[in-house]
Amino acid sequence: MSDMRQSSWKSGLPFSIRVIEVRDESRSARTLMFRRPESDPDVAASGDAPDFNLSGFVPGQFVMVWIPRLDEKPFTISYLDDRTFGITVLKRGPFTKALHAMNPGDWVGFRGPYGRGFSLSAGGVVVGGGVGMATMATLIDRLDKPKILQGARTADELLFLDRFPGMDISTDDGSKGRRGFVTDALAELISADRPAMVYACGPEPMMARVLQMCRDRCVPCQASLERFMKCGFGVCGQCCCDGRRVCRDGPVFNSDELAGLASFGRFARLKSGSKVGIGAYHGGGKGE
Amino acid sequence: MNMKTDRIAAGFEPDLSVSLAGIRLANPTVLASGILGTTKALLKRVAECGAGAVTIKSISLAPRDGHANPTILAFDAGLINAVGYSNPGVEEACREFSGLSDVAAPVFASVIGTHAGEFVEVIGRMEPLGFAAYELPLSCPHTPGYGTMGGQGTPQATLEITKAARSATKKPVFVKISPNMPAIGEIAAAAREGGADAITAVNSLGPGMLIDVETRTPVLGFGMGGVTGPALRPIALRCVYDVFKAVDLPIIGVGGVSTGRHAMEMVMAGATAVGVGSAVHAFGPEVFGRIVGQMRALCLKLGAERLSDLIGAAHKQQGLP
Ligand SMILES: Cc1cc2nc3c(=O)[nH]c(=O)nc-3n(C[C@H](O)[C@H](O)[C@H](O)COP(=O)(O)OP(=O)(O)OC[C@H]3O[C@@H](n4cnc5c(N)ncnc54)[C@H](O)[C@@H]3O)c2cc1C
Ligand SMILES: Cc1cc2nc3c(=O)[nH]c(=O)nc-3n(C[C@H](O)[C@H](O)[C@H](O)COP(=O)(O)O)c2cc1C
Ligand code: FES
Repeated sequence: MSDMRQSSWKSGLPFSIRVIEVRDESRSARTLMFRRPESDPDVAASGDAPDFNLSGFVPGQFVMVWIPRLDEKPFTISYLDDRTFGITVLKRGPFTKALHAMNPGDWVGFRGPYGRGFSLSAGGVVVGGGVGMATMATLIDRLDKPKILQGARTADELLFLDRFPGMDISTDDGSKGRRGFVTDALAELISADRPAMVYACGPEPMMARVLQMCRDRCVPCQASLERFMKCGFGVCGQCCCDGRRVCRDGPVFNSDELAGLASFGRFARLKSGSKVGIGAYHGGGKGE
Repeated sequence: MNMKTDRIAAGFEPDLSVSLAGIRLANPTVLASGILGTTKALLKRVAECGAGAVTIKSISLAPRDGHANPTILAFDAGLINAVGYSNPGVEEACREFSGLSDVAAPVFASVIGTHAGEFVEVIGRMEPLGFAAYELPLSCPHTPGYGTMGGQGTPQATLEITKAARSATKKPVFVKISPNMPAIGEIAAAAREGGADAITAVNSLGPGMLIDVETRTPVLGFGMGGVTGPALRPIALRCVYDVFKAVDLPIIGVGGVSTGRHAMEMVMAGATAVGVGSAVHAFGPEVFGRIVGQMRALCLKLGAERLSDLIGAAHKQQGLP
């Protein structure tokens, strides 16, 4: 009975925090840094215990980011230390443009973290495509010297080159690293060696190929999915991929779960709930 | 405590099944509209978790994006939402909800429109599908053109829309009403006059509002939204109690239910079936199986062989209004 007490009712309101620093990560991605409310004396002084609290954050989880009077959308935490955290934002449409236009002192609301993150195992390979690298960053921080494969269309879209030296880089146009897809690099790597785990986040067609390769070679893998989110905590059904709620049952799924999702790599739902092909869902989704 | 030996000791296995407007539910729990009801796969999952029936998220004639986020927030005493009836429209809904026999429980269609003719058209398009009943929410408090914001919560509008829907189908029609109306019995009576087969009581309360102090801004994208969950429960119970007194129609009692005890209160207030929505936030889709298990245990404790014998039991106490 103890799990049925009303105390399992959890409040999850957004908490507004000021931007403390802005930095460009690539031609199209920018990081916004914030102070963690848990370590902010002003927050404590006003007697607040914000619902937003990153102390139990697991890499792969996400937060809902609110710009007052505009909208609220899901993002990963890409930087986290005792005092600060950051999100890394690829410029795409109205919301991400507004985030790119922010300056230190501006307010952004946060709630979460939400969802099921990665389950960490010893060793492994991290595969990040595009802004999917933002999701992998805190995972890399916690893994012990993982092999990192990063793919992007061109050199000026690569992320965290200084933060994670020694990454294996692929670009579509060969402007840095090897020319080709990050999945080609992975294919080479897992044919030579069988990693304990492959962690992936990137465009869904890329993740679908990663899953296929890993299953062919009996390598376990986990991938982080993106679907249109509203509540973020498993109530509205907006983000579902077949019978799974990406926001709560995911966003990270393992190989067996992914293999059971008929829509993975194929379909997603728009804001209205209309089901469309994955390409149409991302609307090209290439940033600028 | 060992439930099985308890049942043997008690000498009976409580019968939790109910008949709702001629539809048999294995147990009284119903997934409320707007919670997880976006796809057939999710309905299947909720039915497998033990729901006695499931309701789809409300469907309109044309697709709707709904309001800007934040649309749904959890606060310390419930949820507040202004989703704004996002849905893919009836044409896509007919594709999504074909082959409903895959779902292990009766499925109710929630239908919305801005005027009676739209309800008729949506129902007409859905008739070939396997829905067990239609629910008309005339009571959403936060979507312009619909529900109470569309003037649908008055006795006249309720009568008119219910009549129109009634003429469009032979299947049972449920009318979902608002907890905001002091004279809730009059709305229920209007629905009955229009030919409703059951009353769903209640929709979300309000609208309410929450404000972010730092930015001095209402938090919901729409500024305000309906209140559900624990904060709504005592109000919903009183509404069900009032409706039970006002009309002799079966009631789906909805509002704040998250345990078997809560569901039993609803039954005693007069509900034949019990809707559950916001509790999915705290307990996941598995909440249905848990509520059913707890209701069974309560029936044993109360010596009730049939749950249906307890419907309206609280009205039998002397001296209450
Ligand atoms: C779990 C998760 C984590 C994410 N982490 C990051 C991150 O760390 N960095 C980053 O740059 N982006 C991240 N995204 C994507 C980010 O949410 C979208 O880029 C953003 O919502 C785009 O909004 P827009 O108005 O700029 O663009 P729009 O033009 O409105 O949308 C562009 C595309 O973004 C996606 N999108 C839009 N709204 C939503 C929504 N409410 N929920 C989910 N997807 C949406 C759709 O694919 C859409 O086609 C994440 C998404 C999810 C689901
Ligand atoms: C996020 C959310 C969305 C809802 N959407 C609808 C809807 O589309 N149609 C409807 O009739 N009721 C809708 N409701 C109201 C519920 O069906 C139910 O009447 C209300 O939530 C009270 O029950 P609860 O306290 O168990 O959640 C919604 C409620 C919530 C929380
Ligand atoms: S976003 Fe609402 S259920 Fe996932």
